[in-house]
Amino acid sequence: MTLDYAELRRRTTERDRSLREKVVSLAEAAALVPDGTSVGIGGSTLSRTPMAMIWALIRAGRRDLFCTRSITSNEGELLFASETSRHILTSWFSQGIVWGVSRIMRSYTESGRARFEEWSHMAVGLRLRAGAMGVPFLPMRSMMGSDVLGHLPDTRLIDCPFTGEKLVLVPALNPDVALIHVQRCDAFGNAQIDGLPFMDIDLAMAANRVILTTERIVSNDQIRRAPDQTKIPFMAVDAVVEAPFGSAPHECYGLYEPLFGHLDAYAAQLRRDSEQGIRAYLDRYFYGTKSWSEYLDLLGLEELLDARRRGTGIHDD
Amino acid sequence: MALDRRFRGGDDGNGGTLTRMSTGPAAYTASELLAVMSARLLRDGQVVFAGVGIPLLAATLAQRLHAPGLTILFEGGVIGAFIEPGQLPPSTNEQRCTRRANMVLSSTDVLLLLQRGYVDIGFMGGAQIDLYGNLNSSFIGDPERPTTRLPGTGGGNDIASLTQMIVAMKHEKRRFINRVDFVTSPGFLSGGESRREAGLTTGGMYRVVTDLGIFGFEEHSKRMQLLSLHPGATADQVQANTGFELLVAADLEVTDPPTERELAELRHLDPDRLYTV
Repeated sequence: MTLDYAELRRRTTERDRSLREKVVSLAEAAALVPDGTSVGIGGSTLSRTPMAMIWALIRAGRRDLFCTRSITSNEGELLFASETSRHILTSWFSQGIVWGVSRIMRSYTESGRARFEEWSHMAVGLRLRAGAMGVPFLPMRSMMGSDVLGHLPDTRLIDCPFTGEKLVLVPALNPDVALIHVQRCDAFGNAQIDGLPFMDIDLAMAANRVILTTERIVSNDQIRRAPDQTKIPFMAVDAVVEAPFGSAPHECYGLYEPLFGHLDAYAAQLRRDSEQGIRAYLDRYFYGTKSWSEYLDLLGLEELLDARRRGTGIHDD
Repeated sequence: MALDRRFRGGDDGNGGTLTRMSTGPAAYTASELLAVMSARLLRDGQVVFAGVGIPLLAATLAQRLHAPGLTILFEGGVIGAFIEPGQLPPSTNEQRCTRRANMVLSSTDVLLLLQRGYVDIGFMGGAQIDLYGNLNSSFIGDPERPTTRLPGTGGGNDIASLTQMIVAMKHEKRRFINRVDFVTSPGFLSGGESRREAGLTTGGMYRVVTDLGIFGFEEHSKRMQLLSLHPGATADQVQANTGFELLVAADLEVTDPPTERELAELRHLDPDRLYTV
């Protein structure tokens, strides 16, 4: 599971890490993610989900992606139902508590068609942090005594060599590719993230490649005027795609909130018949749209404007 | 009711039907009772790590009633938020969770505050609990061939492993069982010193709040113990709704019913009954 250190370094050395333009289309970015890739998905639950890239990968017919995300919402349902992934590593998986337990997650995992590999939230974070640090594992103090740990063969219980205390070691996770959506970045991939960063900085530095989608591409001069706002450095980034409303129907901090009407309608459609409902949804919104703007058009101007109004007003008095 | 309206707040709504739990002046639902009773357990000045749903609501209620200096942490990466009435978030990972916060940080780093020891109370809901306070939110039935795959731990395991816990949940026999099918979030494991022996040297279950009463854990055996009854509930009724033998405190108390002020503030926070169905 944990990459050999020499191999990890070799993969980094091989990349073109120069200050160069990396702007591509969604389809071109999807071509950088072959079948069977280990993919780290940025954001969490309904926040900064790289939905435009997920849309592109599902449309491209990718198979057997091994996906990791801190917390998984309905993008996980779409990855299962489109057969893009049969294995998701995460700490929690359902659309969200207000919509109940995911019927798609249930039916795919209970029938053995797909796997939901459960780690504690902090364990997912420390696995990515170990990956970002270039060390093979990190010690931690939770999960001990639980059945979560009992079901994870790729962990070790040790007695600390300094204190003698019991500790759990979790292995580094270095995904082949990270998909991360940000508010803005330049054409080189210097990315600025507003609001909640989740695990995205560790994810970017752990991954062997990073594909950024961004609400907008700004100039390198603009980045250099506020370098303290840059959270992911260009040298870690391999592709940049401009995708406005790139997390819709999920949210992007400070710009738009989730499209709750759409998410409620999605949940209602799946409640009637989950498998048929999600297939119809995929047909309409994913396979049936030829461009990201056509997808946004289907989401509807009214909903997008409402999400924008709520999203930009979050810190208003 | 249009489902999307639940998130918007503000306008007048159709709040659902109240279950009359008391014949007194204040009628309230079971989840409102849970929220009020657990809010009362939080003290001003504490640092509480709250999950979504009743915990978030109860912690915010406590801030607005008796604990204005309560610092709420969310696993999305937030320190010190004040949730806006009628603007409840769908999880603890959206921007609504950052209102008037002191800091946002990575989810890994906010969880590490538990490990470093900055958190006084962890506060979560639960699907299933056993006599030693172990929680299951992963599998109903055999984990290899589950009857139901549940959404999993999230930060629950980390919170329960590393700090004092309050759990708020509905009191039903199928939820209060002798041994959970799967220990997602550790309580006192198999009782006695077993939690410490497993390597969990801090924290543990502090209180379980249900719609029938408040429970603690006996000092030596670490078995669940009824500490107080909510108005109208009896010890026999509680035992009848519990799948294991409960200890009962010698000085069993009766809680004061929710006040009009507590209920009014709670309904102001959740006017669309997103969390308090």
